[in-house]
Amino acid sequence: MSSAAPGRFDFMRASKDAALAAIIAAGLSFPILALRAEPDIDNRITLQGRWSWLFIAAAIAFAGRFVLALLNVRPRRKPATDEALPASAYRAARFIGPAGLALLFVFPLAMFAALGPQGSLKWIDNYGIQILIYVMLGWGLNIVVGLAGLLDLGYVAFYAVGAYSYALLSTTFGLSFWLCLPLAGILAAFWGILLGFPVLRLRGDYLAIVTMAFGEIIRIVLVNWSVVTNGDAGISSIPRASFFGLPFTAGPNGFAATFGLKFSPIHRVIFLYYLILCLALLTNFVTVRLRRLPIGRAWEALREDEIACRSLGLDTVKLKLAAFALGAMFGGFAGAFFAVRQGFVSPSSFTFIESATILAIVVLGGRGSQLGVALAAAVIIGGSEILRELDFLKQIFGEDFDPTQYRMLIVGIAMVMMMNWRPRGLVATRAPTIALGERRAISGALVKEGHG
Amino acid sequence: MHRDPLLTVEHLTMRFGGLTAVDDLSFEVRRGDITALIGPNGAGKTTVFNCVTGFYRPSAGRLVLSSGERFDAAAVDALTKSGRRYSRQDGLFLLERMPDQEIAREARVARTFQNIRLFTGMTVLENLMVGEHNPLMRASGYSLFGLFGLPQYRKREAQALDHARTWLERIELTARADDPAGALPYGAQRRLEIARAMMSEPTLLCLDEPAAGLNPRESAELNELLRDIRDERGTSILLIEHDMSVVMQISDHVVVLDYGEKIADGRPDEIRNDARVIAAYLGVEDEGEVEEVEAALAAGQAR
Repeated sequence: MSSAAPGRFDFMRASKDAALAAIIAAGLSFPILALRAEPDIDNRITLQGRWSWLFIAAAIAFAGRFVLALLNVRPRRKPATDEALPASAYRAARFIGPAGLALLFVFPLAMFAALGPQGSLKWIDNYGIQILIYVMLGWGLNIVVGLAGLLDLGYVAFYAVGAYSYALLSTTFGLSFWLCLPLAGILAAFWGILLGFPVLRLRGDYLAIVTMAFGEIIRIVLVNWSVVTNGDAGISSIPRASFFGLPFTAGPNGFAATFGLKFSPIHRVIFLYYLILCLALLTNFVTVRLRRLPIGRAWEALREDEIACRSLGLDTVKLKLAAFALGAMFGGFAGAFFAVRQGFVSPSSFTFIESATILAIVVLGGRGSQLGVALAAAVIIGGSEILRELDFLKQIFGEDFDPTQYRMLIVGIAMVMMMNWRPRGLVATRAPTIALGERRAISGALVKEGHG
Repeated sequence: MHRDPLLTVEHLTMRFGGLTAVDDLSFEVRRGDITALIGPNGAGKTTVFNCVTGFYRPSAGRLVLSSGERFDAAAVDALTKSGRRYSRQDGLFLLERMPDQEIAREARVARTFQNIRLFTGMTVLENLMVGEHNPLMRASGYSLFGLFGLPQYRKREAQALDHARTWLERIELTARADDPAGALPYGAQRRLEIARAMMSEPTLLCLDEPAAGLNPRESAELNELLRDIRDERGTSILLIEHDMSVVMQISDHVVVLDYGEKIADGRPDEIRNDARVIAAYLGVEDEGEVEEVEAALAAGQAR
């Protein structure tokens, strides 16, 4: 369609293009911008038209497209590759891990020193702990999705199992957090194996559907089995974790008094921060070690070609179950941590959107890449937290404007852009597990994504 | 030179719905032989292969792999009656009862595929290491010892690495050991797939058209590799092949299939002169055409 000679403006083509864009923009924005549901005085929902908004959106699309078409700017049809990073980037990547780790260890103390106990609470809790929970969940799911190539859309079920395990064991039997933590992991792993059995024969879309259903089953059981789980109301006043037997209380036997500190709730938060950091690092350590063992190579081989695996005598059933169980176990650990941090669990924390977020983290980060998953968790979870900070936007868009309402919209746009720009995630290359010479990264284009 | 059979195929029948792909086929693969399974397209060669390697479950028939010293017919019958799938101490395996991964693991039958199935995103070396998965998995204490870095596993891994190195040298891919398998040229991918199968130290190696898509030089190298596997490693080979130069030069025994039935079975020179084979193979009846084919086959052998 490059009939227009260079330097000549093709107004006809540009206006056609722009008109089409304006129609599409109007169609897309009609339900979002033009119609607004408002409760009236009797609290009935009424629809109000905001036709000027629709017109403005269409006009912007028309003008923008017209200019682009006139200047003959067309998206470059370059095939999406992931090899764009130069070798120096890979050398730099080697330092990101240790540097990030050091930053993570210093972060709460630095915040505490800089902002004091009140000011640092938000940063350590809402950012630090929240992001690390998702880093851990992402790493746990990475075993199943990234290494073994099994698409799991119900990972939140294991998170729920872990959280409820701790909540129920501690409130019913009075077991301590440190005892419940491994139990929560074991129970979640057990449910992982239980889920694994019926889905062993399934692949691709079918596997995704069944795992998604499994996630919903667990949540609906939690809602309806009110005798045990207390239904929608959830379980509250879950005991808090102690620091090797020292509770974080103001009393004389508390943590602060023992160490001669002035009592502050921030101590508990900092403790929780280091706890989840250690749990996440444990997940990472186990995954990195397993990847270099026969089981890790077998998982990756399974992702590459299951039939070839069977022809080599690999026990694909056990391998898949091991991947499900191990991924679930780390989900269970994270769940127990979630319960002890919140002191309250209810089924509404374990909806499908959580599974989708965790999977988005893994896909955005790059399946199989530990560093990529951690970065993606920081971007997605940290990014949506940062939206709360953008109060100055109210001065531009008016008092009614609430940036957090746009969270999913922004995540969606980010995902679309990422999938165009780097379809295999932030870190698209695969590092070999063993090498005769120097380890060289393998282009994502050759690495398969698994059959499901 | 009558040696004991390693694999005995007895009355193998495979039906897909109303279609009988393999009909009452019996033949033997003798220990230390290269046995070629040939026939026109659609003759049922790959179906036989998939039955032997457990990817299909045969409709009828018995497939005995006897890896012990001698073929003991009484023991085979006893095992068949017992209802068990295999007996490790007798070295007897009833392949028609075993699933694919068990055949590879227990009976030690390794295979390659007509359309190469490498782990393309893994390096050449990693591909070979996966070939030795089962002993390594045991040595790693099913990952427990390995996770804690116990020396037992590290020693075993070093041994596997040495094993991989010898194969890398044999298939001339040492320089490319750390490259992804998917980046290799076609001929090298074929060699790597054979080496990966050999890493599991099989008693029987099944190759589905190993020479397909190879140029004459690569094809000659393949012949050499297969002879080495037979003579030095003592692994018996069952192969499907269309390339007559490969079949005639290296095989000790040829079985010819047509429409799922065996039409000939014997030494390569016997097969070459079998007019029925030639006619069936190319679907010709005319005497003159048969002569042309014979000439072509002779030329193929001379190459």
